[in-house]
Amino acid sequence: MPKVGLFIPCYVDQLYPQVGLATLRVLRRLGVDVDFPEEQTCCGQPMANSGCAEYTRPLAERFLKIFGKYDHVVAPSGSCVSMVRNHYAQWLEGRPDFDHLRTTTFELCEYLVDIARVVKVDGDFPCKVGLHMSCHGLRELRLGRSSELMVKPFNKVRLLLGQLRGIELVELTRTDECCGFGGTFAVNEEAVSCLMGRDRIADHEKAGAEIIAGFDTSCLMHLDGLIRREKKPLRVMHVAEIMERARLS
Amino acid sequence: MIGHAEKAAPFVANEGRVHWHDQALWFVRLKRDRQAESIPEWEDLREAAAAIKAHTLSRIADYLEEFERNARSNGIQVHWARDGAEHNAIVHRILADRGITRLVKSKSMLTEECHLNPYLEAHGIEVTDTDLGERIVQLRHEPPSHIVLPAIHLKKEDIGELFHKELGTAEGASDPKYLTEAARGHLRQKFMAAQAGLTGVNFAIAETGGFVVCTNEGNADMGTSLPPVHIACMGFEKIVPRAKDLAIFLRLLARSATGQPVTSYTTHFHGPMRGGELHVVIVDNGRSAILGQETFRRSLSCIRCGACMNTCPVFRRSGGYSYGYTVPGPIGSLLAPLRDPRKFGSLPFASSLCGSCSDVCPVKIDLHHELYAFRQELVQKKVVPLYKRFGMAIMSSVLARPWAYRLAGRLMRWIVRRLPRAFVYGPWNPWGRQRELPPMPRHSFRDLIKEESK
Repeated sequence: MPKVGLFIPCYVDQLYPQVGLATLRVLRRLGVDVDFPEEQTCCGQPMANSGCAEYTRPLAERFLKIFGKYDHVVAPSGSCVSMVRNHYAQWLEGRPDFDHLRTTTFELCEYLVDIARVVKVDGDFPCKVGLHMSCHGLRELRLGRSSELMVKPFNKVRLLLGQLRGIELVELTRTDECCGFGGTFAVNEEAVSCLMGRDRIADHEKAGAEIIAGFDTSCLMHLDGLIRREKKPLRVMHVAEIMERARLS
Repeated sequence: MIGHAEKAAPFVANEGRVHWHDQALWFVRLKRDRQAESIPEWEDLREAAAAIKAHTLSRIADYLEEFERNARSNGIQVHWARDGAEHNAIVHRILADRGITRLVKSKSMLTEECHLNPYLEAHGIEVTDTDLGERIVQLRHEPPSHIVLPAIHLKKEDIGELFHKELGTAEGASDPKYLTEAARGHLRQKFMAAQAGLTGVNFAIAETGGFVVCTNEGNADMGTSLPPVHIACMGFEKIVPRAKDLAIFLRLLARSATGQPVTSYTTHFHGPMRGGELHVVIVDNGRSAILGQETFRRSLSCIRCGACMNTCPVFRRSGGYSYGYTVPGPIGSLLAPLRDPRKFGSLPFASSLCGSCSDVCPVKIDLHHELYAFRQELVQKKVVPLYKRFGMAIMSSVLARPWAYRLAGRLMRWIVRRLPRAFVYGPWNPWGRQRELPPMPRHSFRDLIKEESK
């Protein structure tokens, strides 16, 4: 039985513990041997996206030390996984275990589809759901086909959620427009960021969604912040929360 | 340095116009999608285009010299300009030596980059931009806000008002056909009176010593077939090795740019017209320096289609002027700070790194990864303000120590829960200006997991 290291991004750990728990439950219900190494903190993405390479290094090195020994690492975040897979080489290239870490760190949905080979999602979710395909999961991990690319359409997240009984995945006008979170962008470019977020919410409203579902809590945090300020009837949910009661096989 | 966010503020303040601008450019993006979908080998074309550009950049000096030899034998006069000033002086000398005082131009982002128009005007030459969008912004004494759609920031009512003032159209008239007719009549006089025509270059072909100019309005063709002197200005990266490479690039360019299968006019120039002169000015102006930087040299592959602007969710909502550079949007956010990191240091941060630009780019420039990488350059050069770097240093040292991280997290959750709302949402909290903070839970995941595991 492969040993899975559960990586819970820092802001999920601190602000969205229910998303972490849902992820853990999804994996445990599947019978995966999951371990949460307590020394973990953050992948370093805020520093890296700000251009602060030297402040990212210690976090990348810690991450390798903590997670390098697992067969697989799974996280409920496309963005943090992309950090490990696509950006860590700058600091860790050539280190023992790094190639292993890079190729065995997965976002939750891609782990379920590609590694755990989940083909059946048995559960109920009678709601109208808009799927927000966060950019890093979409274009850096290729969890689905981005609308710009002229390749055969696929979507690993939709593949899972779409099987829930009663779920209606609504069609958005812009299938993969950025929500405007973008890490420090949300604060440095506050005005544009909020315009983007409101447009994203409006698209979901127009499509009749009751819930905005996503695999990156950071984008959901930004959208939820706008939704609650404007007291809109929408809710945001992480895909792990939607699937936590389902039986996966 | 006035940053992108500050420059975007006036545009962003008018939310109605932002939505209109966003929709107008998204419409072009959708047209591009429909055209790209119609080509089964679209992704192969992008791959081939990227490979040809990478190869060409690796031997650019050879290809430029080959072009020069072949162009000369075609009767084209070739000039070399190290920078914008040399370029402007060369163009001026060609005109001045022939006593030319009236020049018509078709679109050339290079001459915008070199600020040719004000230079020539200061030397007593009347310069008329003949691309409709370019003429509109010229009459408004503005630079273009987009490289393919120079007046995309304006509504037809704005243009009606401008033409009423400048061209004497009826007051309050904003019918596009009427306004276009008026511009046509006005430009016809300029074409007839011109003594020289200036164009840009979309592709220069090393093998044949000729070049190609793509337009939709035919204005380049009017401007080069009426007056006897034609000057074409090109950045040196416009070179392609072989004529057959055009079969790749011409299929990608118009589809990516405006969602047309091909531009209305694709004109190949391989020598002066009978009794006329044809000059090509090849310009460096900082390109060699970019070529020398391995991480960023791919930005020289750009064919100036503007697709990255149309797709960019930031550009669509902040407008072209928020970038403050001739080439705005994602590609401009690289080219500008490559030229002057201090002046344009905020541009690589004017991106959510969503990556749509990289996926839409017909020559596969890895734009969002280059923007990400450029942020590190800016930190190294200390262009990023000290307080931001200091903040990241603190954050990093907290996150590198699990005890400090746990303590900081607990404190943050505890404090935000207890502080009065007016304090939490004070002016020091840009997140909270339009957004709620997440509810601060009593327990972190790592607290709760102990319960869960019992």
